[in-house]
Amino acid sequence: MQEEQEDILEQITNSDYKYGFVTDIEADEAPMGLTEDTVRFISAKKNEPSWMLEYRLKAYRHWLTMETPEWANLTFPTINYQDIIYYSAPKQKVAPNSLDEIDPELRKTFEKLGISLDEQKRISGIAVDAVIDSVSVATTFREELSKVGVIFCSMSDAIQEHPDLIKKHLGSVVPATDNYFTALNAAVFSDGSFCYIPKGVRCPMELSTYFRINAANTGQFERTLIVAEEGSYVSYLEGCTAPMRDENQLHAAVVEIVAMEKAEVKYSTVQNWYPGDKEGKGGIYNFVTKRGICAGNHSKISWTQVETGSSITWKYPSVILKGDYSIGEFYSVAVTNNFQQADTGTKMVHLGKNTRSRIVSKGISAGKSQNSYRGLVSVAKNASDARNFSQCDSLLLGDKCGAHTFPYIEVKNNTAMVEHEATTSKIGEDQIFYCNQRGIDTETAVALIINGFAKEVMNQLPMEFAVEAQKLLAISLEGSVG
Amino acid sequence: MLKIENLQARIEEKEILKGINLEIKPGEIHAIMGPNGSGKSTLASVLAGREDYEVTGGSVDFQGKDLLELSPEDRAKEGLFLAFQYPVEIPGVSTTNFIKTAVNEKRKYQGLEPLDAAQFLRTMKEKMKLVQIDQSLLSRSLNEGFSGGEKKRNEIFQMAMLEPKLAILDETDSGLDIDALRIVANGVNELRSSNNAFLVVTHYQRLLDYIVPDFVHVLYNGRIVRSGTKELALELEEKGYDFIKAEVEKETV
Repeated sequence: MQEEQEDILEQITNSDYKYGFVTDIEADEAPMGLTEDTVRFISAKKNEPSWMLEYRLKAYRHWLTMETPEWANLTFPTINYQDIIYYSAPKQKVAPNSLDEIDPELRKTFEKLGISLDEQKRISGIAVDAVIDSVSVATTFREELSKVGVIFCSMSDAIQEHPDLIKKHLGSVVPATDNYFTALNAAVFSDGSFCYIPKGVRCPMELSTYFRINAANTGQFERTLIVAEEGSYVSYLEGCTAPMRDENQLHAAVVEIVAMEKAEVKYSTVQNWYPGDKEGKGGIYNFVTKRGICAGNHSKISWTQVETGSSITWKYPSVILKGDYSIGEFYSVAVTNNFQQADTGTKMVHLGKNTRSRIVSKGISAGKSQNSYRGLVSVAKNASDARNFSQCDSLLLGDKCGAHTFPYIEVKNNTAMVEHEATTSKIGEDQIFYCNQRGIDTETAVALIINGFAKEVMNQLPMEFAVEAQKLLAISLEGSVG
Repeated sequence: MLKIENLQARIEEKEILKGINLEIKPGEIHAIMGPNGSGKSTLASVLAGREDYEVTGGSVDFQGKDLLELSPEDRAKEGLFLAFQYPVEIPGVSTTNFIKTAVNEKRKYQGLEPLDAAQFLRTMKEKMKLVQIDQSLLSRSLNEGFSGGEKKRNEIFQMAMLEPKLAILDETDSGLDIDALRIVANGVNELRSSNNAFLVVTHYQRLLDYIVPDFVHVLYNGRIVRSGTKELALELEEKGYDFIKAEVEKETV
């Protein structure tokens, strides 16, 4: 019986990573390695104003004084930061005015990825900004959005066209000095998305960004900033893929969200970076700092993530609940298979009065992977009547994987109510047999059970993503029933 | 419909079924009774295809097909249904969603189009009435937090939705009060037709007052030692299993 189980585990009919193709496009690249010159190179390439260059240099100099953090429940070989190319942009003659002007190879890539920057998306009302190798190639719907005053453009464009907004908010939630990777990012970020919703505006469509790492040995360092003025609303989706390569590639992004009084920002991510092969070779290192600040009273920020890829996922989308009555939410499904590792979770920092936070984390481990939840709920001394609910559930498939939970609770005000629940479970043979006896084969049964397990999180995703995410879950876990 | 010949099976080196012979024709209800450990649930599990049990001999023909060659899900799609003695819970998966998946898998196997939402709901409403199960129970996670009676009724509900050719009820009456028993039995009786058949595994005669069998078999020590009609069940009730055991001993001496 045990042997049979192992057979099933071994018999991994993994669907091949569907996005592991490479686009043959000429790329414009910085010389390998990181020095002050590299930083200047990047800034010059983008024609940045001097204040931006200064910001970068300051961050770079600070980075030089820092050391790689080693406290995570992750194992990986030391990264040689001189062995990376910090800038790679597909060679494009002139800024495209319409989709027709985009390099056809590039367009083909987008289509393979299933994101057609054209009618389909238009019909479903999603404005898409596609970023290949650090450069936003096209942002659709700019004009339509600008009619209501919504700014949705690449970070590079924003630095040129909206310097005041950038100067005001960039680094206000995640300062360059925050950690090793944010310093690196602040120095070498090449692009990302900027989104600004003016006062009282409910963004008429979902905004979406698609990241893809294409060239070998490059790091992807996006920088995204979302600012929601008083009483505004926006729902933002981020999807990510990368080709299969033997080497590991670094993805150290930073996302900042600022929500003013009564504003609401919903940020959803479906991450499917290349996870490495079945032996654990290659794969993306996804080291990301994401943080939102509920700056105004009655504001709300929700993070929803479905993480199925990356060789290593290391991120804690967090919310600083500064405004009174502000709300922070974190919904996460993190899947690890084969040799993947994840150390992910959130930080909810209660500063204002009557603040609320909700954390629902579902970890699914399979193969020989390690999946850790790390969360912090902190209630400051003057944060009266804070409420938190946390639920961390782990599902183990097979007996060679691990699930770990590191919850930190720091409460300095005795009117706070903090609840924490955690469960660990396996998919039982009995459950599988029950499904079999009803005519449901094992693969379908596992997909059914896993989706049931992750349902509370999946329900938070915008519909377009939800269907994709469900399929992604099933594919990531093919053949791993135990 | 079902022909079992000399079926032998064991679990982890222990022989449980030592040569079962049984034939069930469409339209019939057969009851299997026997003391604890006689192999009743084993028989049900082996027919359903549970991997823990190893078949060491004999054959089972189901509607002209070799049942033992089929995977559990294929046996189900061929029309075999097992109402579990201890139905398992599946959190996060609603009964509605679960049974819809099952129904459509079966239809796919038979080359039929899947039921659309409207058709499915209509069928569901019909069958819900049959076992007096209400919508709120079906929207909850499968069997999660259900009482014993609710779980058993859920089994019969699923049976009604899947319309099997052969339904095996594994001690469906255990843990049920009289009212629940009546509801379950009524459900089964409503589903009876000349095209399907039932194999009712039970300990007690009581269920057979409501689901009247055509044949009663007594299983003892892995073999069917006596067969008869419903009168046999009454005799067992009166005399207990000891008298069967005594007879068997006499015969083997």
